[in-house]
Amino acid sequence: MADSTPGTDGGEAGEAGEADDDGPELPDVDLPSDAFDAVLDALDDRDPGEPLQFEGFSVARGTKGTDEDLPGGTPDEYVLAAGGRPTGMSERDLHGALAERAPAVTDWYVFERVVGEFGPRRAFLRWIEDADGETVATRYAALAEGIERAWGELKITATITDRGERRYDVRHADDAGVPVDELDAYEDPLDARELVTFDEKGRYRPLKTAPSLAGGWVFPDLGPRDLYEAVETIYPATVANWHREREGELDVTHWRETMERQSGIYGVVKTWDRGEGNEHVDWVAEACCDDSQCLKRREWEYDEETDLDVDGGDGVFPCREPCSVVVSAARKWTRLESEQPRTYEFELTPSEKEQVEDIIDAVADGRIDEIREADTKEGANRYRTRFLRAKLFDDEGNLGGVPTDPDEE
Amino acid sequence: MQSLVIVAHGSHLNPESSAPTYDHADTIRAAGAFDEVRTGFWKEEPHFREVLRTVEGSEIYVVPLFVSEGYFTEQVIPRELRLNGWDVSEWDSDGLSADQATLVAEDIDSEVHYCGPVGTHRAMTDVIVRRAESVTNDADVGDGFGLAVVGHGTERNENSAKAIEYHADRIAERDRFDEVKALYMDEEPEVDDLPEHFESDDVVLVPLFIADGYHTQEDIPEDVGLCEDHTEGYDVPETVDGTRIWYAGAVGTEPLMADVVLERAADAGADVGGALDDVRETTRVATGD
Repeated sequence: MADSTPGTDGGEAGEAGEADDDGPELPDVDLPSDAFDAVLDALDDRDPGEPLQFEGFSVARGTKGTDEDLPGGTPDEYVLAAGGRPTGMSERDLHGALAERAPAVTDWYVFERVVGEFGPRRAFLRWIEDADGETVATRYAALAEGIERAWGELKITATITDRGERRYDVRHADDAGVPVDELDAYEDPLDARELVTFDEKGRYRPLKTAPSLAGGWVFPDLGPRDLYEAVETIYPATVANWHREREGELDVTHWRETMERQSGIYGVVKTWDRGEGNEHVDWVAEACCDDSQCLKRREWEYDEETDLDVDGGDGVFPCREPCSVVVSAARKWTRLESEQPRTYEFELTPSEKEQVEDIIDAVADGRIDEIREADTKEGANRYRTRFLRAKLFDDEGNLGGVPTDPDEE
Repeated sequence: MQSLVIVAHGSHLNPESSAPTYDHADTIRAAGAFDEVRTGFWKEEPHFREVLRTVEGSEIYVVPLFVSEGYFTEQVIPRELRLNGWDVSEWDSDGLSADQATLVAEDIDSEVHYCGPVGTHRAMTDVIVRRAESVTNDADVGDGFGLAVVGHGTERNENSAKAIEYHADRIAERDRFDEVKALYMDEEPEVDDLPEHFESDDVVLVPLFIADGYHTQEDIPEDVGLCEDHTEGYDVPETVDGTRIWYAGAVGTEPLMADVVLERAADAGADVGGALDDVRETTRVATGD
């Protein structure tokens, strides 16, 4: 079973099955009739003599009697070229020859007929098993053991059936090794919409790439297209952007350009850039785009010439422009940051100052639920915080009894 | 390969906002008229900016799940989809008649058919009526009933009121309901005074909104007097000043909305086969006989 006996831990394709000196153990693969029929169809679509390439050999229809008139068979026969002398053969002979080479034929069938041409889907599914770097034999041996890949918080395990079909198990990485029957199992990739809407505390997730995906579910047996759809549903457009980046075509739109484009209630954000540096955008990126907040790797900077001082993170998939969550938050900060600082005077003990810092840290790091109810050593403990409020707030809720607006005194 | 892309507002705060978009996308998928159906959002993902790059097909129809022509359909969506050469004159619309414009989307360097919003399509009239049937659980509702179609007023968008009036007039012409009125949230005639505008004892109130959220779940129920505070909830129907008000919630949640999405794409040239009939049939209110 793919889900309970994964072969590798590192997420690198092609590692499995290479342990012993005899090389990888190639699984037994039968040639399914749909793959064979697809080969015949593909040859029918080709002129006699025009080869259909598989790893290590090719097949063409014979050219005897045509303009080419090469030895090996008529257009009703097939010519298999695999290093030695090409031989003409009947459809039945061809089936036998292809059955002997079922791994290469099923591999062709999976990528050319099942996966198809669509760039992001094809690149993603080939990346999973390193199809552009490893031989069919190595991959099939690795797939027989199970190839694991990480994508955000997902763990994807690719396996192969005895007909050469790819099957994929997708689950939260935290559920690695959990038997399928202990998880909620799903078949339809669109069911993933339900899984991404709320975090494990039942709170709405406005950002799909936030590292707050709840676990407890599994897609135990997806085909290639459904795997792509499940990933697209859980982390929308991440495969398309990752694909563009691999092709060297990622269209990054930096902060300045993004904010200049805004209109309506967001038009105000462009006024936050005052030509006085970009420290404010560093703060935005630190607040919203850190790996602890979003799994995308930020590739956008202040502008084409000016990088931010904050690290973009280590995500597999890129972030190509400030997202709508960042733009909305920036609108709020634009308003707040237009205020001038004032001097407020009130007294805190050293421990109270540190406690205020603890509270800010706990909220910013999302730790408040981890602080135990009676753990009064923690500054952000609820009793400690209520005590601080009781001591320092006046009846109007003013810290230190000092009104926010001095005119209110 | 023919693709449908439904674009909608979405929300950072409210999970109900995108629910109708997903539901209608599923209905259309099941009808099989398109090789793929994708969804894109202003406030959710994939964003308008990135949805087209997730589309595989070459014949792409973009249908905005918005109630009226205005800021979003005329400025935001074309800009974010990067429709080259877009100008609102492409639609040549009087505020109600936007059909489609075929433009190259720079993001994918490929043509897309950018359709008018669902809310102004003539088929939307049927969805409002269907919504009234749903909320009363009566496929023949009309006799003895008034119908209020409610929307924002012109303060936010002058075309918003046009769409409300357009559908209210069309429903009135059918002589099905005893009275049909267009009411507004921020201009006269106001929805707050609903019982004053109707003689009928029963009035179905259908808000022309795409999704349930602040306006349909808090604003309107409180303004109309269905409840003091929305957290208390209300009955359907709820009696206010002697009028039984059947509050329908956002019309956009009505399953028949999928039909309007299909109509928009079909008007723009999509081959939807028998899907229109399928959707009209599968979303029908049970008659109970």
